Amino acid sequence: MITTVKTSSVIQGMPKYRSMLAGNSAYIPSSYESIATATGTGSSGTITFSSIPSGFKHLQIRGTARSTATNYTFTLKFNNDSGSNYAQHRLFGDGTSITASGADTLTFASIGSNSISTTSSNIIGVNIIDILDYGSTSKYKTVRSFAGIDDNSGTTASQVVIRSGLWQSTSAITQIDLIAASSGSWTTQTTFALYGIKEF
Amino acid sequence: MPAGATYEPIATTTVSGSSAADITFSSISGSYTDLVVVMFLRSTRTGTGTTNVYFNFNADTATNYSSTYIYGDGTTAASDRYTSQTVLTEMGEAARDGNAANIFTYSKAHIFNYAGSTNKTVLSEISSDLNGAGYVMRNVGLWRSTAAITSIKITTNAGNIAVGSSVTLYGIKAA
Repeated sequence: MITTVKTSSVIQGMPKYRSMLAGNSAYIPSSYESIATATGTGSSGTITFSSIPSGFKHLQIRGTARSTATNYTFTLKFNNDSGSNYAQHRLFGDGTSITASGADTLTFASIGSNSISTTSSNIIGVNIIDILDYGSTSKYKTVRSFAGIDDNSGTTASQVVIRSGLWQSTSAITQIDLIAASSGSWTTQTTFALYGIKEF
Repeated sequence: MPAGATYEPIATTTVSGSSAADITFSSISGSYTDLVVVMFLRSTRTGTGTTNVYFNFNADTATNYSSTYIYGDGTTAASDRYTSQTVLTEMGEAARDGNAANIFTYSKAHIFNYAGSTNKTVLSEISSDLNGAGYVMRNVGLWRSTAAITSIKITTNAGNIAVGSSVTLYGIKAA
């Protein structure tokens, strides 16, 4: 119901609303939210997302990655678990051949691609990592990723990779470590952003 | 209060009336972290199968593009690459004119750190099933430029983009 203010000299004639929402667009909460972003420092090979909130259904990490070492693949751990609780598969192409591989009873999951110390400057690996139903306490956790590097070299340094991973734990995920291989450090061109996806 | 702005549509184009030589998004704001281009495409190119979809950024037509990809076509799995191209190839595929009338190919391209100071890397995923032919493909592409992307031009390697095709540009903003 709208009434007109009659007594104030400042606001005479202005409509008066009984609802705080009147005249405004309805608020629609986002189902895809940014949780945190982390950037490499050049002196550490681990980027950690900790105290991950429980209010989402799935998580997604999107990121650019460059390491100071010479290994193109980085790994992931959940909740600081270094037990032999991980398994992985991948489909890998380098412009010349396509290969498939898998492994289990691992202490980590190989999950992403980064450029390395000898990659041309300003070229980075890119990654999309999906962690499904991360808060479940009745399911083992499944991860999938899509990653790649292209450096126009025409060599096998360019690669596109799709991966799946399994963490054999029914614990809710509260921490994710993204670890450069071969004791490398994440350069300052490395940025990982963590997003939460809500269930309807 | 506005709707959440982490993953939001920036612009959409649907081809109507007559086919289009290209679909272009210009004056792209630099306020996001990544861009996502979602495409449902059909081509006027005659024949069956699909035709390659190209990107050009900021009207750059120099040989600054390269890509590496994997694909399966129902018979063969393989990997191949392009180097020093004038277009960024295999950003998508478009169903050709000889396929059943309602078949459009789905492609999605992720452009990372598009406004940042590194060279620009793109991941694209292509799902093209033509009921007897088709591809599933994953591609990584590179534009060797440290300039912020302000325009994206989408073309096909033959024919025009057919009526009914649609492309939507999304922005994703990190914390």
